[in-house]
Amino acid sequence: MLKIEHITKTFYPGTMNAKTAINDLSLDVADGDFITIIGANGAGKSSLFNAISGSFFTDSGRIILDGTDITLMPEHKRARSIGRLFQDPMRGSAPGMSIEENLALAAGRGGWLSTISRTDKASFRERLALLDMGLEDRMQQPVGLLSGGQRQALTLMMATINPPKLLLLDEHTAALDPATADKVLALTTQIVRDSKLTCLMITHNMQSALELGSRTIMMDRGSVIFDVSGEAREKLTVADLLDQFKAASGKALDNDRMLLM
Amino acid sequence: MSFASLFSLVQTALELGLISSLTVLALFLSYSMLNVCDLSTDGCFTLGATVGAVVAISGHPYLAIPAAMAAGMLSGFITAFLQTKMGVDSLLSGIIVNTALYSVNIAVMGNSSLLNMNKTETVFTKMKDLLADSIFKGQYKLFVIAIAVAAVVVFLSLFLRTKLGLAIRATGNNPDMVRSSSINPVFTTVIGLCVANAFTALSGCLLAQSQKSVNIDIGSGMLTIALASLLIGNAFMGRGKIPVRAVGAVLGAFIFRFVYTVALRFNMPAFMLKLVSSVIVIIAISAPYFKKQLPMIKRRLAHRRGKEVI
Repeated sequence: MLKIEHITKTFYPGTMNAKTAINDLSLDVADGDFITIIGANGAGKSSLFNAISGSFFTDSGRIILDGTDITLMPEHKRARSIGRLFQDPMRGSAPGMSIEENLALAAGRGGWLSTISRTDKASFRERLALLDMGLEDRMQQPVGLLSGGQRQALTLMMATINPPKLLLLDEHTAALDPATADKVLALTTQIVRDSKLTCLMITHNMQSALELGSRTIMMDRGSVIFDVSGEAREKLTVADLLDQFKAASGKALDNDRMLLM
Repeated sequence: MSFASLFSLVQTALELGLISSLTVLALFLSYSMLNVCDLSTDGCFTLGATVGAVVAISGHPYLAIPAAMAAGMLSGFITAFLQTKMGVDSLLSGIIVNTALYSVNIAVMGNSSLLNMNKTETVFTKMKDLLADSIFKGQYKLFVIAIAVAAVVVFLSLFLRTKLGLAIRATGNNPDMVRSSSINPVFTTVIGLCVANAFTALSGCLLAQSQKSVNIDIGSGMLTIALASLLIGNAFMGRGKIPVRAVGAVLGAFIFRFVYTVALRFNMPAFMLKLVSSVIVIIAISAPYFKKQLPMIKRRLAHRRGKEVI
């Protein structure tokens, strides 16, 4: 599904501030994979997502999504096949527009001059009801009035309303309170399962990194340093993961934001 | 003040207010929706006036309207192109286009800074002939302008409901979200500024034809005047759905003109218009800011007086 071949990205090259965010990274993602990604701050997890979704272009290497070379494709064109959620719930929706209008833009049905039809409204209502947050009765209200959790759930809905080939989740529950985070995470796994999406998820919660999905990769200094799936992954514990990190990177995983349990 | 003079006062304010309300509606699209402060507005207003005047003088009173709007659209396209594709800052691109338009406008008027349309057939004289025998013969200007304003309000209300309209609104609201909806914000900015500038030019075209003359200064200060009107309208009808807000913009333009016309009656000199409009814009924009700062200012003052900090 997604094939990343030797991509590298250096910011401020040739200066004292030069920082290699991604270092000769290769990754093969199979159709239907649900990969959780862990790693310390600055390991290059978000940079990897930026490279895949086209927020910046890589210095070298190739990115192939479902047989199409997207290495130099602009961000808004890739967005047709890639859905993305950020940690900041405010980033994915337009606060001054209603829930319905946000969903209509995300759905992108019809031509430029088409308006939101009755059928569209009915299908939005039906989908919003699945969130079980009462949003289906507030479709005319501006999104700015929603809570963080509601907005993130809405963004999830917007990103998956046309099932993308690839869903990128960048710590999308990290800014939510624990109860809401659980709910949004449950919704995520449900949607990923129902639509059979291929999904990459960055998380700082090592326990859920192992529980969720079918494969886990660990990143450090812009490279993948550990990649586990299948049976080997099922036996893995958080303690094993920490040992693996130490063995692969030569240092202990020392990070305030890592949740070990 | 007699009833008749009050009536003519209101009518003048209505005519001028409605003509400038077309520019206010243009800013409603570019400033309120797209979140771009289009500083080429003054020049574009004059461009509409000159192009419309030249086409009308050459004997095409109806063609003058679409010609002026097309010229405005082109000007808007250049402003948008500079800021989306040429790396020019958004405000700067407006100023640059505005400056360039000064030369363009003189050239359009054939090396002159003034054109007279006293004997020219325009949409206004056409309407005057049409209403010559009716009881509305004194309101012929109002008819033309009201039709134009109604058409633009209806167009905007419908346009902003379409997918393209939603995308334009989202571009001003959250460009990230536009991109993730597979829409290029460059495209929406270009379309938005083209449409907005077409209305600005229409506004200039109608003003020139209603006063039967155009000079190079016809549009100077128009941006500030329109912005003041827009913000006044916002204060009254700033919330609610798009059609309500668009009507609010028109209302704002009328209120601004009306207050100004009344002030003229009380011997305010006419040259004060631009100062007054600037002050209104300053108050309208800074008032919400100071309202937010007020608790902090109070606390600072209390602190300075040595009282306990709450």
